[in-house]
Amino acid sequence: MQADFFAKRRRNSLVFFALLLLVTLVSIFITEYDVKKGFTSIPKAITWSFSNFYPNEQSWAKLPDILGKLQETVLISIASASVASLFALLFAIFGSETTGINGFMRKVTRMIATLFRNIDVSAWAMILLFSFGQSALTGYFALFFGSFGFLTRAFTETIDEVSSSSVEALQATGASYFSIIFQSVIPSCIPQMISWVLFMIETNIRSATLIGILTGTGIGFAFSLYYKNLNYHTASLVVLVVVIAILIIENVSNYIRREIL
Amino acid sequence: MEMEESLKPLSMESRGHKGAAPIKAIKVKTVNRETIIIQLTMLILAVATIYGFLTFDYKDVVIGEAFLKSLDSLKTMLLEPHLQHVGFGEAIYQVFVTMGLGFLTTLFGAVIALFLGLLAARNLSTPFASALIRGVVAFIRAVPTVLWVLIFSVAAGLGSVAAVIGMTFHSVGYLIKAYSEAFEELDKGVIEALRASGANWWQIVFQAVLPSCATYLISWTFLRFEINFSVAVAMGAAAGAGGIGYDMFMASGFYYEMREVGAITYFILAIAILLEMFALRIKRNMKTH
Repeated sequence: MQADFFAKRRRNSLVFFALLLLVTLVSIFITEYDVKKGFTSIPKAITWSFSNFYPNEQSWAKLPDILGKLQETVLISIASASVASLFALLFAIFGSETTGINGFMRKVTRMIATLFRNIDVSAWAMILLFSFGQSALTGYFALFFGSFGFLTRAFTETIDEVSSSSVEALQATGASYFSIIFQSVIPSCIPQMISWVLFMIETNIRSATLIGILTGTGIGFAFSLYYKNLNYHTASLVVLVVVIAILIIENVSNYIRREIL
Repeated sequence: MEMEESLKPLSMESRGHKGAAPIKAIKVKTVNRETIIIQLTMLILAVATIYGFLTFDYKDVVIGEAFLKSLDSLKTMLLEPHLQHVGFGEAIYQVFVTMGLGFLTTLFGAVIALFLGLLAARNLSTPFASALIRGVVAFIRAVPTVLWVLIFSVAAGLGSVAAVIGMTFHSVGYLIKAYSEAFEELDKGVIEALRASGANWWQIVFQAVLPSCATYLISWTFLRFEINFSVAVAMGAAAGAGGIGYDMFMASGFYYEMREVGAITYFILAIAILLEMFALRIKRNMKTH
């Protein structure tokens, strides 16, 4: 019996690794990935970064301009996550198992959230670029739709987890639907929800860089402008500023999370 | 009227009351540190949002008009999808290219993260090595993926090599965190017992740590593959990595063909929803294990 067990396990892992190898080879073939170049490009990139990719004196002169762009990007990220959280709260209440009005509404709201979540922010950016052009609103709405989809799912799960017993208890006392929502569901979920909104803001700043490159707005635009002009010193300053901003926001939200959860 | 007034303080108190607390939990103090921080956070977010709306660079966009126009193009996109410059077979092939990019990224990321994750786990490594790797990971995660890809494309040229290597950075960062947390959950006694019996580090890792965490590792890796697929779409659009993302970028930014964007969006949506369903099933398995 035991020999059988080990032989079976060995066979299983053999099949698994063979399958993995096959998929890898197919992937390398169809993506035209050059394995040798992949390995050699890493040391090449490192030596290049050390000789070219650092801020020099000229680039520091651009700092005020870059900080202005950064401010806009951070504000867009915060605004989109905050406004999206209000809409997401509404949808989550209708979509949750415990607070949803009926099965039909629940399904519809969940479907809308799935749709919004799975259309990538880059796709939203390109769609919105048609009508909003290179204004801050393109980035704002792209992030808004992405945040809305994600937060609806996160909030729905939070409400399901946190409040099922208290909703039942309040229903038994004869409390009205709205007093259940406002007196029990929202207050007990709010720390979790704020934690999700903070997470969304962090994610949004990263995505905002990508959207900026695609649509020509904010800090992403600053980077691609210097990058395409081969002004790598200033481009590296942009990266540095983004990194510092993200680290600060991450630390602040970690602090808030520790305090409220 | 009296009734209402007497209820008021009660409802104020219940605001500070948390769901799963013991009986004593109806707090008499309505204002504590926690509520202050929650309210302050909400206030700051609200102020930042309003300030943002006041200072955004709108560039003379008439919001109502532009909004209607977007709705219109969204309608064209979703209701009249039609491939024009890319054939159906070609589109399917490009979807697979994007999946291939995501797969290679996940594979490389998983292999690297497995070793570094062992070194980052506090129970298997020295405090110094663990802290060092955690610091590096925090830095890697702070640089947006698209910037990694663009930085690498200077050395390797635009294309799949730069895309895969650049995207691998974030995968490594994400997976190291996930893996090392899985390793840390391992029972302390197992490692101690093995160490007492004279097993060396490699034996501990291969005989105890990896077999007991295998389900977790595979689940996390698959969840990352789901993320990497959508990242690969975005990189195709923003960093010339090829695949379906590049086709979408061409359809919208070059041909201005809404209906083609719609068709491509449906392709991506189908794969994304399939992956999500798979990932949900895996997550459920993880919870029951």
